[in-house]
Amino acid sequence: MNFDPRFSGRKFASVGTRPIRPDGVDKVTGRARYGADFNMAGQLVGRVLRSPHAHAKILKIDTSKAEKLAGVKAVITAKDLPDLTGGDAAMYDILDNCMARTKALYDGHAVAAVAAIDARTARQALKLIEVEYEILPHVTDVDEAMQHHAPLINDTIFTEGLEEKPVKPSNVTKRSQFGHGDVHQGFGHADFIVERSFKTEQTHQGYIEPHACVASVSSDGTAELWVCTQGHFVYRQHCAQLLGMEASKLRVTSSEIGGGFGGKTHVWAEPVALALSRKAGRPVKLVMTRDEVFRASGPTSATSIDVKIGARKDGTITAAEATLRYSAGPYAGSWAEIGAMTAFACYKLDNVKTVGYEVLVNRPKTAAYRAPSAPMAAFAVESAVDELAKELGMDPVDFRIKNAAQEGTRSSYGPVYGPIGIGPTLEAVKNHPHMKAPLKKNQGRGMACGFWFNFGGQTCVDLNIGMDGSVSLAVGTVDVGGSRASLSLVAAEELGIDYAQLKAVVADTSSLGYNDMTDGSRGTFSSSMATISAARNAIKILRERAAQMWDISVDDVVWEQGHAVAKGDKHGNLGKLSLKEIAAESGKTGGPIAGHSELVADGAGVSFATHICDIEVDPETGSTRVIRYTVVQDAGKAVHPTYVEGQYQGGAAQGIGWALNEEYIYGKDGRLQNAGFLDYRIPVCSDLPMIDTQILEIPNPNHPYGVRGVGETSIVPPLAAIANAVSNAAGVRMTHIPMSPPRILAAIEAERGG
Amino acid sequence: MAGIAVSTTINGDNIEYLCQPDETLLDVLRDRLGLTGAKEGCGTGDCGACSIILDNRLVCSCLVLGAEAEGRRIETVEGMAHGDQLHTLQQKFLEHAALQCGICTPGFLIAAKDLLAKNPDPTEEEIRFGLAGNLCRCTGYDKIVRAVQDAAHVMKGA
Repeated sequence: MNFDPRFSGRKFASVGTRPIRPDGVDKVTGRARYGADFNMAGQLVGRVLRSPHAHAKILKIDTSKAEKLAGVKAVITAKDLPDLTGGDAAMYDILDNCMARTKALYDGHAVAAVAAIDARTARQALKLIEVEYEILPHVTDVDEAMQHHAPLINDTIFTEGLEEKPVKPSNVTKRSQFGHGDVHQGFGHADFIVERSFKTEQTHQGYIEPHACVASVSSDGTAELWVCTQGHFVYRQHCAQLLGMEASKLRVTSSEIGGGFGGKTHVWAEPVALALSRKAGRPVKLVMTRDEVFRASGPTSATSIDVKIGARKDGTITAAEATLRYSAGPYAGSWAEIGAMTAFACYKLDNVKTVGYEVLVNRPKTAAYRAPSAPMAAFAVESAVDELAKELGMDPVDFRIKNAAQEGTRSSYGPVYGPIGIGPTLEAVKNHPHMKAPLKKNQGRGMACGFWFNFGGQTCVDLNIGMDGSVSLAVGTVDVGGSRASLSLVAAEELGIDYAQLKAVVADTSSLGYNDMTDGSRGTFSSSMATISAARNAIKILRERAAQMWDISVDDVVWEQGHAVAKGDKHGNLGKLSLKEIAAESGKTGGPIAGHSELVADGAGVSFATHICDIEVDPETGSTRVIRYTVVQDAGKAVHPTYVEGQYQGGAAQGIGWALNEEYIYGKDGRLQNAGFLDYRIPVCSDLPMIDTQILEIPNPNHPYGVRGVGETSIVPPLAAIANAVSNAAGVRMTHIPMSPPRILAAIEAERGG
Repeated sequence: MAGIAVSTTINGDNIEYLCQPDETLLDVLRDRLGLTGAKEGCGTGDCGACSIILDNRLVCSCLVLGAEAEGRRIETVEGMAHGDQLHTLQQKFLEHAALQCGICTPGFLIAAKDLLAKNPDPTEEEIRFGLAGNLCRCTGYDKIVRAVQDAAHVMKGA
């Protein structure tokens, strides 16, 4: 029977409840094992030598002294990771980022690595490696890197997406354009036009757990990798390809993960640890320091964005246009493209055009960060929308409601929307008591909307029913924030059994079919779809077994509330058979009972949120305080509402840090100056108020329970919502994120002076 | 290099170990004694993931040397539950979903235990400042604060 993923309204028994997560006790007792909590017999300590230069040719690396140090078991350079990528440019970039080949492209770029019997020996060995560099001119700013005189980072890059193929290489890797209609004509019909330029600085995902792995390569060509990752199947593929292994010979186990937010979707240290283990013939544990996490992993793009929006007197937007420049680090990605797609996704527009330019800079390779690229675009657009509402004399919520996208709207990036939540989140905000609460002196209120696509992808689930009637659920999407609880709820719902009868685990790469990463807010969306499918397959077998036990036709057996029930007058004397009773007989009725599912979870419903916040600005110092914060977001269906709220609150908090404080600060020498939590300050408990949440449920038609991804959208509106609040409090439009005290003070003083 | 012999008390047990002079207490706990509940998030005392209680004082174990533990009394997250009976804070963290990834949780539990030992009836603001040395990137702190408030309420009644 083919699986039908379409939404069917049903009454839920388990889904929507709030039980304790199955991995909870281990996490509050210190028993849960994260990346660095695992050890193997005979394991060595791996450490990485990193470039202190932002841009430099590697002329020579002499490892002989390090190799001679007692206790050193392996030293590797790029030579030990030969290029096996076969012309795959994206994989070559990953390889080059793991270990610089001919040039160091940023401060922190790996150039060599050692494995030694202990950390002290490994540290000493790094100091004995001699690297001869030829320092090259560098560029770290996105706008400067676009100038024609800027230092060229990669002379094989010719801008893609231009009408004419360029003759000269450039730091601009790609131009992407989206939209429809005629913006020139649209602006001609506008009574008011707002045009503004914005900048956002680079931020890090800031997961508290540094990257960590233990790699063990055997002489028979097989290997094991224990690692904190958002996608162990993808890590297996990448590592196997870079090391010239067959994927099935590399078994990757995902540890508990101490935060990722997109930052653990990319390999950095893992191929290096495997190469060290291969050379040393022993297991190697490699754990990044916090300094390395900041200098070499993450971060998101820095951006520079121009926005122009025009509207008629009645508040109808006639045209919207944006040019978005996103830094990518030294390797091509698709960050500007995504920003250009999301920028105007909240609105119903007849004339819209966005152009994205992706720009290489001498900073770490940009990694995904929660709804990657969308928060910066939303900051620029939603700030301009607020300005335009002000010029029109309209309430900012009403102005957005008037122009909000609806079911049937052709989105600014192409597709036509199905049922969506932007209108309902705006209506909810309009009626929220927060919007009517009084403000004190120096306080301002802001609100903003946000959009994220959400993703589905390849997914595989095994559901095994034990002879005692308990159920184990093996999933392949890494649990980053409670998905084992939500997937257990879904399995309990479908099978009609109690949540406590189930145990969900994340299976390793040798125990389950391929799964895409936990990214794109897909964990619960896609694995719940596969879980429903697997449970339905198991139910089919359970019915067959019950029919066998009763000696009746399977067509006369239905599954109701965890029991096989015989239907029809002739079976009236047959009692129900519970899952447990059927499982107990399984050895005699055909063996183990299981349900499997392998599918591509299409139809991830798009997601919208609207946030409100109140900020107090000290006009003397420019310092800010978040007074109140409210998140309204569509979840489709909240499977475990507490963890949905957690996603809303967590995204908002990250957005608050990004908006007000967090930024990568580079010196003129191209070196990162704040590679630690003291100077790169993420919000602490005393910086924040409670974060109120309101979950809306507009069912996703492409999921049996109506589920949409919820993880990412919550970081999209905060930059803009806070910028609007600060601008209202300070009486001056803030155009540069983060709005740190010096920037706010400078803006206030410029306004006073002007 | 010869190690330094240290005799200390950890979660009520007498423990002896050898450590190097430059080895942190966090490394000793994790790498020598297998107590991996305390985590290294930064190694510079900025994140609080390695929080322990050392002679009734909340410290970052990454900023304490292993050799300094001689004759001291150490409490770690592994010592919070009694057998299979969770500490009220542990139970409340579970009930309130005060953790998502959970990497910061041991540090928060220890910091909250220390806070409630010194101030059994803290205001929200006192909780927020009391836990300001511990970083959490997942939760936005809302559910952590609520869990601590609830635990304080229950513990006061007990």
